[in-house]
Amino acid sequence: MERFSGLSLLRHALGGHQGWKPFWREPEPKAEYDAVIVGGGGHGMGAAYYLAKEHGLRNIAVLDKGWLGGGNTGRNTTIIRSNYLFPESAALYDHALKIWETLSQDLNYNTMFSPRGVLMLAHTVHDVQVFKRHVFANQAAGVDNEWLTAEECKAYCPALNISQNIRYPVVGGALQRRGGTARHDAVVWGYARAADAMGVDIIQNCAVTGIRRDASGAVEGVETERGFIRTKKVGVSAAGNTSVVMSMAGLRMPLESFPLQALVSEPVKPDFPCVVMSNTIHAYISQSDKGEMVIGAGTDAYTSYTQRGGLHIASHTLDAICELVPMYRRLRMLRNWGGIVDTTPDRSPIISKTPVKGLYVNCGWGTGGFKATPGSANLFAHTIAKDEPHPINAPFSLDRFVTGRFIDEAAAAAVAH
Amino acid sequence: MPDSLAPNLSVAAVNEPFRTRSGGRIDRAKPLSFSFDGQTYSGVAGDTLASALLAHGVHLMGRSFKYHRPRGVMTAGSDEPNALVTVSRDAGRTAPNLRATQVELYEGLSAISQNRFPSLQFDVGGINDHFAALLPAGFYYKTFMWPRSFWDRVYEPVIRASAGLGKVPTAPDPDRYLQRNAHCEVLVIGAGPAGLTAALAAAESGLRVILCDEQSELGGSLLADTTSMIAGKPARVWLTETLAELATFSNVTLLPRTTGFGYYPHNHVGLVERVTDHLASPDSAQPRERMWQVRAKEVVLATGAFERPLTFPENDRPGIMLADAATTFVNRYGVKPGKRAVIAAANDSGYRAALALAEAGVEIAMIADLRRNPSGSGYDAARRAGLSIETGKTIAGTSGKMRVDGASIASVGEDGKVWNTQDIGCDLLLMAGGWTPTLHLYSQSLSKLKWDDAIQAYVPGAVAASQALRAAGAASGAYGLDAALSTGFKAGAEAAVAAGGDGVTTRVFVTISAEADASTFLGAMPHNRDANRVRAFVDFQNDSTAKDLKLAVREGFRSVEHAKRYTTTGMATDQGKTSNMPMLGVMAQAQGKTIPEIGFTTFRPPFTPTTFGNFAGAARGDLFDPIRRTAIHHWAEGQGAVFEDVGQWKRARYFPRQGEDMHAAVARECKAVRSALGIFDASTLGKIEVVGPDAAEFMNRMYINPWTKLGVGRCRYGVMLREDGFVYDDGVVGRIAEDRFHVTTTTGGAASVLNMMEDYLQTEWPGLNVWLTSATEQWAVIALQGPKAREVLAPFVEGIDLSPAAFPHMAIAEGRICGVKTRLFRVSFTGELGFEINVPPSAARRVWEALYAEGRKHSITPYGTETMHVLRAEKGFIIVGQETDGTATPDDVGLTWAIGKAKKDFVGKRSLARPGMTDPKRKQLVGLLSVDNRTVLEEGAQIVADPKQPKPMTVLGHVTSSYMSAALGHPIALALVEAGRSRMGETLQVLVPGKGSVAVKLVSPVFYDAEGASLDAV
Amino acid sequence: MLIIPCPHCGPRPELEFRYGGQAHIARPVDPSPLSDEEWASFLYSRDNERGIHAERWRHIHGCARFFNVVRDTTTDQILASYKTGEFRPEAV
Repeated sequence: MERFSGLSLLRHALGGHQGWKPFWREPEPKAEYDAVIVGGGGHGMGAAYYLAKEHGLRNIAVLDKGWLGGGNTGRNTTIIRSNYLFPESAALYDHALKIWETLSQDLNYNTMFSPRGVLMLAHTVHDVQVFKRHVFANQAAGVDNEWLTAEECKAYCPALNISQNIRYPVVGGALQRRGGTARHDAVVWGYARAADAMGVDIIQNCAVTGIRRDASGAVEGVETERGFIRTKKVGVSAAGNTSVVMSMAGLRMPLESFPLQALVSEPVKPDFPCVVMSNTIHAYISQSDKGEMVIGAGTDAYTSYTQRGGLHIASHTLDAICELVPMYRRLRMLRNWGGIVDTTPDRSPIISKTPVKGLYVNCGWGTGGFKATPGSANLFAHTIAKDEPHPINAPFSLDRFVTGRFIDEAAAAAVAH
Repeated sequence: MPDSLAPNLSVAAVNEPFRTRSGGRIDRAKPLSFSFDGQTYSGVAGDTLASALLAHGVHLMGRSFKYHRPRGVMTAGSDEPNALVTVSRDAGRTAPNLRATQVELYEGLSAISQNRFPSLQFDVGGINDHFAALLPAGFYYKTFMWPRSFWDRVYEPVIRASAGLGKVPTAPDPDRYLQRNAHCEVLVIGAGPAGLTAALAAAESGLRVILCDEQSELGGSLLADTTSMIAGKPARVWLTETLAELATFSNVTLLPRTTGFGYYPHNHVGLVERVTDHLASPDSAQPRERMWQVRAKEVVLATGAFERPLTFPENDRPGIMLADAATTFVNRYGVKPGKRAVIAAANDSGYRAALALAEAGVEIAMIADLRRNPSGSGYDAARRAGLSIETGKTIAGTSGKMRVDGASIASVGEDGKVWNTQDIGCDLLLMAGGWTPTLHLYSQSLSKLKWDDAIQAYVPGAVAASQALRAAGAASGAYGLDAALSTGFKAGAEAAVAAGGDGVTTRVFVTISAEADASTFLGAMPHNRDANRVRAFVDFQNDSTAKDLKLAVREGFRSVEHAKRYTTTGMATDQGKTSNMPMLGVMAQAQGKTIPEIGFTTFRPPFTPTTFGNFAGAARGDLFDPIRRTAIHHWAEGQGAVFEDVGQWKRARYFPRQGEDMHAAVARECKAVRSALGIFDASTLGKIEVVGPDAAEFMNRMYINPWTKLGVGRCRYGVMLREDGFVYDDGVVGRIAEDRFHVTTTTGGAASVLNMMEDYLQTEWPGLNVWLTSATEQWAVIALQGPKAREVLAPFVEGIDLSPAAFPHMAIAEGRICGVKTRLFRVSFTGELGFEINVPPSAARRVWEALYAEGRKHSITPYGTETMHVLRAEKGFIIVGQETDGTATPDDVGLTWAIGKAKKDFVGKRSLARPGMTDPKRKQLVGLLSVDNRTVLEEGAQIVADPKQPKPMTVLGHVTSSYMSAALGHPIALALVEAGRSRMGETLQVLVPGKGSVAVKLVSPVFYDAEGASLDAV
Repeated sequence: MLIIPCPHCGPRPELEFRYGGQAHIARPVDPSPLSDEEWASFLYSRDNERGIHAERWRHIHGCARFFNVVRDTTTDQILASYKTGEFRPEAV
């Protein structure tokens, strides 16, 4: 793999940039692999990378039904944070955050991780109680998170309106300074390039159509649009389409897939220095390097695979944005799109073995999977390679829906009183 | 805008050197003054900012995104990638990134250019252009990685500062935005010839028709058509008459300045009408914009086509524009975009432009047609006019800095070989690259596009399920005026029939007009220069070039989505209107594939950038979310109450007296309740009336408690679980009659509890004979709590014996108070003698004030939610949402006693038996006392055994509620602690970040009057 | 915003409704003898169909009734709606 640097850029400039090589090969699928990952998003591509790098499994393939990173990896608002309430969650997301911090150097590809701070706003007495509990829990867990007064929020993010003239005035916020954003496409491209260099076959436009199992029920291989591929290990990392793929092995999942919308404004000069989230009024906003305001909207109410949703959903989130930053009312929406998010009953992910031998699944990330990408990929690779979960992802098993050992971040944050 | 049929030699012609002497749809009699970058210019009514600047010979209107290259106006419409400006009325009314081609001129308009420093002419960012060789597509992914900390501290801020376009307004936008719903049978988007005839056809059916167009005038291409004849009349006359005819239909709504921005599921279409932006002094009663949410039975897309630029080296200099844009500037705005023009033509549009320019007095240096054997009416007319036409010619490059000053024209052979370059001086270079049907909305509807090889364009394919739309005119790939008029009428008639209309006629529109021409060229034009060095721009705003796209393909970004993202082509504020098809052409060339093999990128809403205000509408301040106020609200306001938001409700939190902070007020309120009397507005509690022969059985199934044996006139504290076994809601339930329960819920839970009850009743147990009715708004609730409660209440009550024996704790009775009906509960969330007086909201204020007046004998004290929280915590009563968080079982919070042990089933029961729910290590509700007897713990604080352990610490639990207890004189707290009930008496540590920890003793959660003696105080 | 055909009231905009998840998942009459796995399957396992999906809606700002809808989740096209307790139409 050619090492990227300012110097390599200069060298290639002299050659009119004719000498750059493809980031990845376009191989024909082999008849057999040691492991096959279904889904070439950040989580799946990353899992292949860590399987090759940390577990020495190099005869592996990543299959995607479309183009790499074409699912939620390329459709999210790139928020990265780890200030989750429960110790299991904080450990999982902080594992990811620590990898983010050195990912560009590790992949020799600039993923533009920018720890510009994630500020979660409180608007009610109940919010204050919930966020302070988060702050205290995170501090005990060794995850940075601090409480700011409304005035401190304003000092950190001057664009915010903290006056009393809005329906739910800002009363404070929880700030994770290590949180921030990254360049979503770069993550999957960086993983793909590095994995390819270690021999991983990346096969795009190759949908899986079946999972073949032997007499004992164990995985024997996958049927694909380009023929049967023999393998004893299949890792499914298919986000919104996980239920569809898992049903090929006869498994019904505790998942429902909803449209999740996001949007960007036209680019403007730097004005919004950090990430701001408000669960209470449903506003999620940051500004990209290009200058676009990147805004997350809510999920539509119903399950759908259309990758689009209703006008009222985007409108609702812009109500909230215009309340928080009334100067932005004249900014203009440039593009509004949708992804398909797979949600679990407790809104925490599943990184797990399954009742089918040789079949592993990484799913259920709901609206927040991007932030976990490197950690999730790393732990999924471990689970596939060792045939047992890493201690960090052990609590995130499929089994918890049977035992009732939920990790219910949503309930803990959102119940009313 | 009225036609100015007579030549009017006004100031405009004198002051504006590039203004034609006559013609166009401008009003030369109405001069306007405006400024651009601080310099004052003149224009006339009917101008856009772009046309007015061109009238002064100003082409340089912007700088590109990446290289900060000087750029001029390239189009005359909403596809403009270059001429982006900020228009400002004042600090809050400042709009960045507007297209000068869409900004209608008004007196005093003030615009500035963007993305340049210090000036448009001299921009230090232009240095990027000199380092272009170092800045190929995706360069930023390959560098800026060392040292690690430099990305967000050094590189990123520099990149950010040079990116972006205009600046954010510095003050809140004071303008209003409104939204309205509209229903119609036929919505026609685009009011060019196809849209007009579609609307005519549909109008005749009598159905409701809406016709909208993004431009200031309806008419589309007809607005710039000075040569065609329709039905024997000049096109402009036919347009005037047709608009007049449409206006006679009461069933037709005409909406100029209205863009169809989004196509949503089930034929839901978003339109945005710009109401005041074109006015010098808008009426403050008018909204700035109005969003129309249209639910149309049928939609006709008559959205026309965008002209394609040509991809040749240095095709981006100011003075290089689309051929049809030049035609529009001359014919519609009476502006000559230059003095000497070269026209690069791959389509007859170039001839049309050349003829229009020539007639206006612009010298045509050459029409350089890429085609070897052009023919047709445009070619013939140009030939007849004696214009210089060269065929088989390509453009090998251009010269000029702030304005194009020459073009290199070369011969190109059929094999693509290029020779014989000649440089021709010009100040205007037109590109006629053919046409792309405008199918953004068609694609947004999830309908399919299909490739039409004959016209080298995507055209409408299969209509998506659950949508009803069709395209007409150029949008459907039917080019030319004839086809527009006929396909438009046909589409309108078909839409009307599909929508249930009848009486549709047929009409034939005889025209004399230019022949339709679908010729085009896609991909990089051939040239004889070093392809690795020259830059032929594909996305003008984002500065992506043919070279960049080839690099992307070389690096493996073969998918069009990859190449788009890697090079940012099509991601600028025009969202690829001018760049998408050229990109596909270059990618096809680079991969040796056909364009349909490359695929295309998905169109996303909005069609053109649309203000946030349009989406937010009137939802701001108090209108952001409904405010619910109780009947007592204004009384509390008058008493100086501080309110908190609980869901949509405003609740009085405490009632400070002069100089008191919250703690002082709460301490006083608490003492008053414990020693004499407090009065509390509990109206926000949810209330559900459960009625019917099977009411008790229904309650048995919904709640953990047993209800069968609850006597009429008695109450019970009820707990409801979700089916997964976690506590969902709680509240007191009173049995009014054998078949009638008055159920109360938490304030926030009212709606969802009712929904859950309805869910089970309707879908699981439809056999139960029960009705559920929300009664939250039917009863205001006044809580009278304290030793004096009975004494104060009694004189007002009729029909209920309040004596302790007749009306004990947890009794309920119906009667009258102050002459109105009441449901009177004897309940206590404070531990004191208490009543909750349910009265109709209309009488609540009167009852409240009567009780308050009577209570003054005993210093009755109004108290708020904060005091309520303290008093209940002293008694160890939980609050759902504070002690529970959606992850607590009844046992966790000490409610096992409430479970009806004999019940075989209730919602959530089976889940409680799962191993995770019976784990002895689950957290349990306990009381905490600070060992120092004075530290009030922080709510949410974490509880550990050893505060000095390394992180991540083993956390045993957390503080759920914590207060200073005025009654006890020391702090109290409730907490959830791992196996807490088995740790009674133990000392643990509560972490105080930054300050170490506080030692706490685990005690019973009931701190005050554990025996309940106060409940029956006399 | 979808148009939902309420079998009691007729077609109405989605804002009047509340989604209720997959249809025809009946609560066991007696949950107590079920294994933890069977109970978990009732509580949480869903078809999450990519295609034709029978689902529940409630006309919460209308007649307040629950009913069932058959919808194609790849297009959002609604193919049928019918009352609670009725069988899913065979044609869809």
